[in-house]
Amino acid sequence: MSSVAEAAAQALRLVAGADPKLLDIVLLSLRVSLTAVAISCIVGLPVGAAIAVSRFPGRRGVIVVLNALMGLPPVVVGLAVYLLLSRAGPLGTLGLLFTPTAMVIAQTILITPIVAALSRQVVEDAWEEYREQLRSLGEKRFGAAVTLLWDLRFSLVTIVLAGFGRAAAEVGAVIIVGGNIDGVTRVMTTAIALETSKGDLPLALGLGMILLTIVLALNAAAYVVKETAQRRYG
Amino acid sequence: MTSTMRAPRSLLPLRVEDLTFAVGGRRIIDGLSLTLEAGSRTVIIGPNGAGKSVLLRLCHGLLQPTSGNIVWNAPEVRGEPRRQAMVFQRAVLLRRSALANVAYALGVAGVAAGAREARAREALHKVGLDALAAHPARVLSGGEQQRVALARAWALHPEVLFLDEPTANLDPGATHEIERVIGAMHGAGTKIVMVTHNLGQARRLADEVLFLHQGRLLERAPVDRFFKQPASPEAAQFLEGELPW
Repeated sequence: MSSVAEAAAQALRLVAGADPKLLDIVLLSLRVSLTAVAISCIVGLPVGAAIAVSRFPGRRGVIVVLNALMGLPPVVVGLAVYLLLSRAGPLGTLGLLFTPTAMVIAQTILITPIVAALSRQVVEDAWEEYREQLRSLGEKRFGAAVTLLWDLRFSLVTIVLAGFGRAAAEVGAVIIVGGNIDGVTRVMTTAIALETSKGDLPLALGLGMILLTIVLALNAAAYVVKETAQRRYG
Repeated sequence: MTSTMRAPRSLLPLRVEDLTFAVGGRRIIDGLSLTLEAGSRTVIIGPNGAGKSVLLRLCHGLLQPTSGNIVWNAPEVRGEPRRQAMVFQRAVLLRRSALANVAYALGVAGVAAGAREARAREALHKVGLDALAAHPARVLSGGEQQRVALARAWALHPEVLFLDEPTANLDPGATHEIERVIGAMHGAGTKIVMVTHNLGQARRLADEVLFLHQGRLLERAPVDRFFKQPASPEAAQFLEGELPW
């Protein structure tokens, strides 16, 4: 018990003192996951909205697959990206393996289906309500998808957060394609895994606290934004 | 190409020919034919399930007929701005200001960005919502939302306005205001085609009444004659049932 309490106290000191090594890890984590979320939104939101407002053969199949992809195991994604980027792989010449870029790629693959599948659901529900009105005005399908995405912007914040939460919390993909190299590709989750196995509990605990705090703060902020916006815009 | 203000051919009359709309084998509109001329205010009444709302949606192009034809005098060209508008029972407004909602419709209709705001303000003025132009549309009261919907339709200067029970959820004060706007739009030259359950409203607004029953047009008459001496037993029975006061 005392060793745990001691580790926690030490962890707090690391966090409070803004330990530079700790800070680097946190910043890299944020950089990788936020970049992945940004790319996932640029791809996933339009794809989700487009599927929501269109009718084509095989649409159900696409939706089932998209929903299933939400549960992609990070290690499998990591392995696939590893094979793709390894020296003998098709994209090996790019030399991206064990770089933050490789981690961004893996996390983007992991969360794009989440953003697309969830936004498809949200936009489709709204499309039910808006369809007749928008068609009455003469809006085309593409225009309707854009209109709906903008009109649902506050609900989509939650989806973006779900994507970020998934990206920031996963270890499997980033540890495989990043390699957990100190000062280069070490992020919060991989550091926690490593330090725990090494027995350096203060650092692991400190990082765990920061990770939790970031996720909590982001969710709280999003909640407030959504509530305020809903009260203001209905 | 730049011919000087060639007046486009009028959208009306609208000819509905032997129209049928069936869902799962059930005929909601059953071999209906009629012609709608420009000018008069046409009010469609009839019991629940008569096919009134479906008829409006078929005419407006929101539903595809199972068989039969809907022929406008000047057929609509895909990709060109619509010359007809519709106001629904519950206004569907976007999460932006009342003004932006009207401006949005103008944008879809291809009105140049610089001209939208002035036209939207003018339309909101006509429905008496100047003061609420900057207000988020979806938190307005039901009556105000419906007036935004009317302003949105009016801004487009449609030749025909379809209304599907526009005051069904509103209190008498709001209903009165909506009726005033509909009257003003008609005065400005828009053909009004309205479905209502409110017979008092039909009396106040209609020039002619169409009585629908089980997907068929049973009666068409000037408003006075329809309410005094309905020609069909179904219409007589309907009026009796709906007018207990």
